[in-house]
Amino acid sequence: MGIAVRTKNAVKKSPLVELQGELVGFFRRNRERLRKAWIEQMTGKGYLAALTMEETESESKAIYDMVIDTLETGDYAAAGAYANTLAERGVLRGMTTEQIISGLLVLRDVYGRNLFESYRHDREKLTSALDIYEPVANRILSIAALAFLEEREKVVRDQQEAIRELSTPVLQIRDKLLILPIIGLIDSTRARQLTEQLLNAIRDKRAKVVVIDITGVPVVDSKVASHLIQTADAVAVMGGTAIFTGVSPGIAQTVVTLGIDLTKLKTVGDLEGGIEEADRMLGFKVQPTF
Amino acid sequence: MKVPILKQGNLLIASIQSALSDDDLTELREELTRMVGEKRAKGVIIEVATLDVIDSFATRTLRSIAHMARLRGADTVIVGIRPEVAFSMVQLGLSLAGIHTALDLDDGMELLRKLRERPES
Repeated sequence: MGIAVRTKNAVKKSPLVELQGELVGFFRRNRERLRKAWIEQMTGKGYLAALTMEETESESKAIYDMVIDTLETGDYAAAGAYANTLAERGVLRGMTTEQIISGLLVLRDVYGRNLFESYRHDREKLTSALDIYEPVANRILSIAALAFLEEREKVVRDQQEAIRELSTPVLQIRDKLLILPIIGLIDSTRARQLTEQLLNAIRDKRAKVVVIDITGVPVVDSKVASHLIQTADAVAVMGGTAIFTGVSPGIAQTVVTLGIDLTKLKTVGDLEGGIEEADRMLGFKVQPTF
Repeated sequence: MKVPILKQGNLLIASIQSALSDDDLTELREELTRMVGEKRAKGVIIEVATLDVIDSFATRTLRSIAHMARLRGADTVIVGIRPEVAFSMVQLGLSLAGIHTALDLDDGMELLRKLRERPES
């Protein structure tokens, strides 16, 4: 007698969740139309000048889908991870930061406008739809913008590191003999970095003598002097000897005037002299061949 | 005895395998000083390539090993200090001044050979 029959509508979704599903469905169905409108607006403002057609197509699809997926799942962590992956691909590197952020804002407006269009006859429903859409869109798009910005900053940091390494090359000119020509100002970061490079090179090349040429160092104050002395000490701890060359008359004057004690350092006038001294220490003799 | 000490000719080679406590270091010093006399060694090589830290106690102990060895007629060379360790020591102002150092075992033995060939002053 009382057999309970479960009807299809036995479990009713809350109206908001239903509306959210409706929005997701709407955005997915109209994906091509909306995506193209987005691209058109960005092209009009010149944001996409640095990208090829294929890049524009594939990147816009990926971002569009990511936003709608997040609207559906509410999984911001996944959106963040996905945004990082997109950013790492570096396709958008030709765009300026402003263009990237503005482009994402255009997408937000495209979604928003279309919501407005669809629900304009139903004030209440429109308000609810915007209530659902706006916070989600804002959050996802700021996550995306941050991901691209962080990637940008990482590239700059990597480049700075590359420049720093380039500017202090450690060169092996003979068995057991290295030279390190330093060009430019030495601050503590650079001093540390070049000392590390030098010590590693001594170990790798089994060098006994290092000639450090400071012709290209414009300023030697007491801080720089202490960095140089530390470098020489570290070389000594590893069983090597550091010879400094290229102390210009100007620097010599400053050093003496400031009362900086560089007597701990082994110095020779110029690079040629330094290499000769190193040869002597290592037991090499350079002879002309006729 | 945590640190193996090998004898090669009239050289003693102590090879540090892992981080040493302060007691281990003191024991090493006593052991080496004893062996220098017993084996009539002329040179001591202490290999520290596995150490990623050499603190002030270790530095002092290495220095005193060298001094004691010298008093008993042997030169000491510390070999294999890692670049990062060398840098930290210098930054902390730990000095190995007056103590011989070399990159590796070969260089260390070479250095000891040269030191012995020097005419006694």
